[in-house]
Order: sequence, then structure tokens, then C-alpha cells
Amino acid sequence: MEHLIILITKPDNVPILAIIFLLPYFMWLSFSQGRNNDLAGTPAEASLKDKVYVWPYLCRNEFICAIIILLILAVWSITIDAPLEEPSDPTKTPNPSKAPWYFLALQEMLVYFDPWIAGVVLPGLIIVGLIAIPYVDINPKGKGYYTLKERPFAIATFCFGFIILWITLMVVGTFLRGPGWNFFAPWKYWDPHKVVPLTNVNLSYKFGIRDVLTANVFGFVVVAGYFALGPIFYLWKVRTSEFLQELGLVRYIVVSFLFLTMLSLPIKMILRWVWNIKYIWVSPWFNI
Amino acid sequence: MCRGLMGSTALYFMNEKRNGLKEKIVNSQIWRSMFRHGYENTGRRYTLQVLQNVWLHLHPPRVPRHGINFRFTWCMGGITFLMFLVTAVTGVLLMFYYRPTAEYAFRDVQYLEFDIPFGMLLRNMHRWAAHGMVIAVMLHMFRVFLTGSYKKPREFNWGVGVILLVVTLFLSFTGYLLPWDQLAFWAVTVGTNMARATPVLGHEGPFHPQDITQENDVRFALLGGTIVGPSTLLRFYILHCVAVPLLASVLMALHFWRVRKDGGISGPL
Ligand code: HEM
Repeated sequence: MEHLIILITKPDNVPILAIIFLLPYFMWLSFSQGRNNDLAGTPAEASLKDKVYVWPYLCRNEFICAIIILLILAVWSITIDAPLEEPSDPTKTPNPSKAPWYFLALQEMLVYFDPWIAGVVLPGLIIVGLIAIPYVDINPKGKGYYTLKERPFAIATFCFGFIILWITLMVVGTFLRGPGWNFFAPWKYWDPHKVVPLTNVNLSYKFGIRDVLTANVFGFVVVAGYFALGPIFYLWKVRTSEFLQELGLVRYIVVSFLFLTMLSLPIKMILRWVWNIKYIWVSPWFNI
Repeated sequence: MCRGLMGSTALYFMNEKRNGLKEKIVNSQIWRSMFRHGYENTGRRYTLQVLQNVWLHLHPPRVPRHGINFRFTWCMGGITFLMFLVTAVTGVLLMFYYRPTAEYAFRDVQYLEFDIPFGMLLRNMHRWAAHGMVIAVMLHMFRVFLTGSYKKPREFNWGVGVILLVVTLFLSFTGYLLPWDQLAFWAVTVGTNMARATPVLGHEGPFHPQDITQENDVRFALLGGTIVGPSTLLRFYILHCVAVPLLASVLMALHFWRVRKDGGISGPL
């Protein structure tokens, strides 16, 4: 318990605590508005379409908002001091060494993927994927008002990526990861000597494949087959689905690739937790 | 009580007097040279007040009623910008006391905390505003997504926003190193270690050519060395205090301008 209090009161963990309270509040705020709009048929925003003067009405709100935020910041700055530890020393590696809190989801991904995927490819794809969203989302509905019903796939996917993967992994990395990046219950003392047996094996090994070359081919087939799920689904459905026809092949490929890449993280997490799988595809150049 | 003693006439009289003084001031040549609009309560004056003010004219003169509603925008874009301004002001003040060298950096921060009046407060405000900016920018993105505000015609501005998000994180990350304590040093070591594994360009990444070694890969370019050291400190300092804030300012100007050009705050048609 003491340990939990130490964790929570660490000054640099305050932002994460703030997010733990702010995010559910804003989820409630937006989802309840979306639900009300869906039930009402016309969004509440539509009834407020008349224009008001920026001065004084908007400027007043901005002014009040700025004062409240600056007040909070002032209180925060008076009551909690920024951390300053010992002078840096390249010979004394702290255990655990953690990245700043906003990068902890990326550091957490390192458990499941090699650094070139977790640290370079996936962050790159997150950025590219976010920029691509407006160009692949062809649903014209739900623009400028809260709704859930009119764009269920878009909202579910984004919330999964943002809330479950990004924010939750950040919280896990802050509170549940201790020395050696081992898993600790939040109230447990961080024992630097905790020994975790390394029993992870590769997927091919689980399937009884011992030969390196066969394992290599097996891994390739599994990974390629996984990403082929997208195109296969397309070919299967495109005749009958007006939506797919309208979406078009290029957009579809982008969406399905990004979607499957995002899902590969929880899939690998489950494979690891349940079956101790390390790699799916071991090749001479890289491992996935 | 008081009112009763003084009587409403007296109050009225005082107001008159103050109004008289106010009239004098706002009609003076100095005042009129700065503020061209009058003070009558008309739509024309409200419009002029916004149009003739370089800061306020980021806004259109009028906005749809739902756009000023906290429940719609959560004010998060504005809060992100406010946090940026706070870090800019406190950051300039911090620069007076901080030298980005391995000998001085840590001591300067210590000195700031213990010997400079309000030094600790200054440092706290800078750090917490930076963290606040990261929180606010994430929530801003979440709001923009949930209201579908990235849809046509705002696709491009969403993209500018994504770059701003990355820039915000990078600003925060480069600043993290500057106190030059254990926390800073190792957080940045962990954060930049991944660059080793960049495909092709990192010396431990897949497909890197023979010539890419520890001493010339992307990580070396970022750190100015093979480990986080004095040249990293200088690099991060310059990125943090000059290059990235400039980039962020330019992108924010573009972002705000596009919000207006794309038809103002989004709303149901
Ligand atoms: C430094 C970071 C940023 C600042 C200072 C900023 C500021 C703002 C402000 C003041 C607005 C006006 C409306 C509002 O407050 O919600 C706005 C709107 C907008 N922002 Fe940002 N923003 C930033 C980052 C982002 C990010 C990360 C995204 C998305 C990935 C984004 C996308 C947009 C879009 C699409 C709009 C138009 C919204 C609408 O019309 O409803 N911005 N931004």
C-alpha cells in the first residue's frame, strides 16, 4: 500500500492521474451527448445554429476558461515541485528506466515486438494512420455533432486505439511495471531481484516445427495469411456490398492494413500471456 | 446599510463622474490611436472590436451558438494554445538562468530552485504547463474525432493537427533532458534507444547496409554521439528552445488560419 502511495504521489505521475479522471469524464460528456442526439433524431447542435457575436460572448468564455486553467496551474505549481534527482551518471542505470509517461505505451509495446517494430514502424504507422483518417472515412454523416449510431465503426476503432491501447498501456507502464520491466501489482513492493522464468517459445516451435527453414516459411505464411485476411474479405464481399464498392480498393487496403496492424498488438499480447509465444515469424533479417 | 446612508443619488453621481473620466480617456488621442472602435452596444462595434484587433481577429466576428459551448469543444484547442504560451513565457525566463553544458546544467537548475526568488515556482510552472499541454492536445484530438470535425473540408487541418501533436510530444521530450539529472538522462536514453533499430538507417535495424554503424546512424545524428552526452544536451537545448518552438508556432498559425478558412468551427449543416 505504501508503495502505491509513493507511485501516485510521484510528481511526474500527476499528469497520468489527471488523465485517469479527465478521460472518463470527457467520455461520459461526449457519449451522453451522442446518445441524446441519436435518440432525438436531430442533433442538439443543430438547434443552436444561430450566430452570436464573438465579442463579447466567445471572448468572455475564453477569458473565464483561461483564468480557471491558470488558477489550476498556479495551485499545481505551488503545491507540487518538479522532480530533480541526482546529477546524471551514465554508469548508474536505474532499474526500471522509464521513458517520459507519454511514451510509455511505446515502451510497453517493446515487450511484445522487437524495437524496430515497436519503436519505429508502429509509431510511424500511428502518425500516418491518423493523417489518413479523413481520407479513408467516406461516411458523410456525423460531421460537427456528437453521435454514436451514425458512425459506429469509426468511433469504436478510434476509441479502442486511443483509450485501450494508448492510454491504458501508458497507465500500465506507469503503475504496473517495475524493475526489469516486470509486472507488479500496484501495491506490491518493487523487488529488483524478482526472477521471472523465461519460458517463451516461438509459434513454430509450439506447432512442433524444429527445422529452421520450415519455421521460417511457416512464420511467413502465418503473417502473410493474417494480412491477406483483408483482401480476402474484400473479394468475398465486394459483389454484394455497396459500401465496399463506394470505398474503393485503395482506401480499403489502407484501412484493412492499418486496422490489422493495430489489432496485431492485442493479438500478440494475448499470445504472450496465454501461450508464452515470443515470435510468430523468425527470419534471418528480422523477427515478428 | 451603506446604500441607505449614501443614497442612490450619491451612487449615481459617482458613476457619472467615473463615466466622465472614462469618456475623457477613451476619447483621448492616445487611446483612439490604439483602439479605433467605440463602446456603444451595437453589432457593428462588436464586429469592429474583433476585426480591428490583430489578436482577436483569429476569430470570425460571429460564430454559431453551439461553438461557444463548453460541451461541444471542451475548450481543449484553446487550452493547448494557452499552455504553449505559458511555457513560452516561463521558458524565456528560465533561459536567463540555465547553461546547456554538462558542467553547469544540473547546478544551474539547483541554483534556480534554491537561490533565485520564485525560481522553483518558475520551473514548476514550466514543467506542469508542458505536461498540461500534452494532456490537452490528446483530449483535443479526441474531441475533434468524436465530433467528426476532420471530415471534408477539414481533412488537411486534421493532418496539420497530427503533426502538431508529434511536435508537442517532441517539444516535451527534448525539454525532459535539460535538468540533466538521472531522471532526465535515463528517460532520454530509453527514448532514443529505439532509434538504433530504425530499418535501414539504424545500426541495429533490419536491412541496414554494412556502412551504417554506431557512429553514423540516425541515433548518432540525434544524439551527437553514441550515448547521451554533452553534445546531446546542446542539441536538445537548441531544438527545445529555438527550432521546435518556431516550427510549432508556424504550424499553429497555419492551424488557426485553416480553422477559419475551412468555415469556422464545425457544426451540423
Ligand atoms: C499544438 C497543438 C494544437 C493546438 C494549439 C490546436 C488548437 C486548435 C484550436 C484553438 C481550435 C479551435 C477549436 C477548438 O478549440 O476545438 C482547433 C481546431 C481544430 N483542431 Fe487543433 N490544435 C492542436 C492540435 C490538433 C491535433 C493534434 C488535431 C488532430 C489530430 C487537431 C485538429 C483540429 C481540427 C480538425 C480542428 C477543427 C475543429 C472544428 O472545426 O470543429 N488539432 N485547434
